[in-house]
Amino acid sequence: MTALPETTEMVDPVPGADAPHLPQRSELVQLLTPEGERVEHPDYALEISDEELRNLYRDLVLVRRWDVEATALQRQGELGIWASLLGQEAAQIGAGRAMAADDMAFPTYREHGVAWTRGVDPLHVISLFRGVDNGGWDPVATGFNLYTVVIGAQCLHATGYAMGLQRDGAENATLAFLGDGATSQGEVNEAMIWAASFSAPVVFFCQNNQYAISVPLERQSRVPLYQRAAGFGFPGVRVDGNDVLAVLAVTRQALQAAREGQGPTFIEAFTYRMGAHTTSDDPTRYRLASELEEWKLRDPIARLKAHLSRQDKADAAFFESVEREADQLAERIRGGTVDMPDPDPAAMFDTVYAEQTPWLAAQRDEFVAYRASFEEAGE
Amino acid sequence: MSTETLTIGKALNLGLRKAMEDDAKVVLMGEDIGKLGGVFRITDGLQKDFGEARVVDTPLAEAGILGTAVGLAMRGYRPVCEIQFDGFVFPAYNQIVTQVAKMHARSKGRLPMPIVIRIPFGGGIGAVEHHSESPEAYFAHTAGLKVVAVSNPVDAYWGIQQAIAHPDPIVFLEPKRRYWEKAEVDTDATPDPLFASRVVRGGDDVTVLAYGPMVKTALQAAEAVAEEGRSLEVVDLRTVSPLDLEPVFESVRRTGRCVVVHEAPVTLGLGAEIAARVTESCFHSLEAPVLRVGGFDTPYPPSKLEEEYLPDLDRVLDAVDRAMEF
Ligand SMILES: Cc1ncc(C[n+]2csc(CCOP(=O)(O)OP(=O)(O)O)c2C)c(N)n1
Ligand SMILES: [Mg+2]
Repeated sequence: MTALPETTEMVDPVPGADAPHLPQRSELVQLLTPEGERVEHPDYALEISDEELRNLYRDLVLVRRWDVEATALQRQGELGIWASLLGQEAAQIGAGRAMAADDMAFPTYREHGVAWTRGVDPLHVISLFRGVDNGGWDPVATGFNLYTVVIGAQCLHATGYAMGLQRDGAENATLAFLGDGATSQGEVNEAMIWAASFSAPVVFFCQNNQYAISVPLERQSRVPLYQRAAGFGFPGVRVDGNDVLAVLAVTRQALQAAREGQGPTFIEAFTYRMGAHTTSDDPTRYRLASELEEWKLRDPIARLKAHLSRQDKADAAFFESVEREADQLAERIRGGTVDMPDPDPAAMFDTVYAEQTPWLAAQRDEFVAYRASFEEAGE
Repeated sequence: MSTETLTIGKALNLGLRKAMEDDAKVVLMGEDIGKLGGVFRITDGLQKDFGEARVVDTPLAEAGILGTAVGLAMRGYRPVCEIQFDGFVFPAYNQIVTQVAKMHARSKGRLPMPIVIRIPFGGGIGAVEHHSESPEAYFAHTAGLKVVAVSNPVDAYWGIQQAIAHPDPIVFLEPKRRYWEKAEVDTDATPDPLFASRVVRGGDDVTVLAYGPMVKTALQAAEAVAEEGRSLEVVDLRTVSPLDLEPVFESVRRTGRCVVVHEAPVTLGLGAEIAARVTESCFHSLEAPVLRVGGFDTPYPPSKLEEEYLPDLDRVLDAVDRAMEF
């Protein structure tokens, strides 16, 4: 016999489930309005040349084109799946371009824009989504860790790496990427505790794209995410994630503070996932089309283009040349994907351990012989 | 009699619905299971009909899902937890192994844990890392947990209801690549017991054991060798912990040969335990060692290589040949 309490009929909704969220303070750092107007922020001055502005624009357009091409390739059966960054280009380019060469990024699975800024070949990202490997780039050479699919795990890696930098006296920092949903994971919270306890030079860069697949932010947090940082004992900043200039300025400052020994910062880049979660997802089941329409007005590329044109910082020839470059990139990605060789099957045995174990070596030999028996039989 | 043609996915959906109708204490918890109906749509429509308190879109935190399930179970609820993919159960592993599994023994039976942990498992869907794993041995190795792996719509429909009604915690493995396989389900029938294996095809030459997604492959092998005049007896284990091996022993005493098939890596997989027990019980009847067909002892490979990694018809036939040639 058990002494379990006899509960009465369950109440729906559970009391408190709809408790009002704390009012959201409008502390959004913005340097470029959705209309493309340059505004100043007292804490985040940004000196930027016209050429740098044009380069950022070029980055944004190229990564969007890469993304659109990858989505198309998935639709045509060339990729198993694709996680689109549509709408998050400014957050990723701004963050990536804020990094120094020897800083280290710890991405999730959606940071194609950051990969771009680290010089990772798009085809090395594509190969993961094509099922050829788990990412073809060298994480050490690029300062861009391999994609981490298990939500939140990379935040601890970024913290540990930062602790290593600290011990080595290196004047660098790490940038840990995470989503809004990831903030619920225990490991992410542990990472923030560790980072705080050791003043580790790590910046947590959270792209709040409003959803974790179908689940809206409200299920993960009753307070704006950036306010959580206070509880861990380090600064939290909310930045307009669709404003590449603001993201650049805020991330630069946070990375610099980390490098100078001031410890971690949490950045909430307020943005929107304009596409589906991945190509396997159907967002019509959980969100309204009107929401997307609203966010289209805050498009990260349109606002920089408006700024560049209105201020005569770029001419028609420039915009055309970027379009041409985007076309070429798309063509290269398409060709490179379609022509990508399949991996050598026996290679799956080869990098499991630093040194091959006898047991696995025997399994490999057996596997190779077994496959060869079919080839001999002409099958 | 009321018979319907159902996919495994739909059978699970109807089974969950029935369990929720039968017992108001059944609560579904998981990521994206409410409005979206789960990434595989197994809980489709349930939140709409049963409300947000009984079909809970949880925060993105698996330790939270299982840890709160323990508390809810202590309060008399019957949590049914969905883990989105096999590879994402590990943040919850601590709660499952140290709490869910041990609470009954720790409390001298005062705190039963009627928790069901639904996990779509196995490969073959062309996914990226962590979406194709077969973690059953980790759970079968843990005392206090039971582990079920269904292979067909009938067992999906009844099994999920039986698992929910059962007093012990059950890891309920769903063969994700077979979610769309169809069969007739008689929803008025008397179901087979949950923890019982089943001979799904009679035969005399080799006993082939499988569970979950590999049952179909084993049956295909039986079909293929039948053309050569050989017959395989195929046993769907249905439950991997506790194992129900009496029907297997009976079969092996007749055939003298036994092949175990699973997607999980061979080393310390279920096949190892089964081989040991079959050897102990049928030693004098065996004409060949018990052979195992499974995944290699490598991480699950990128999807371009998964067909090379996963046991398929040819690999099963190869093992059958080796058993016969012994
Ligand atoms: C530990 C773990 N649980 C579940 C999943 C499945 N999953 C993949 S993405 C995702 C949502 C992530 O949301 P968020 O952190 O907001 O990042 P976003 O995808 O929006 O960029 C989930 C639940 C996972 N990858 N890892
Ligand atoms: Mg998100």
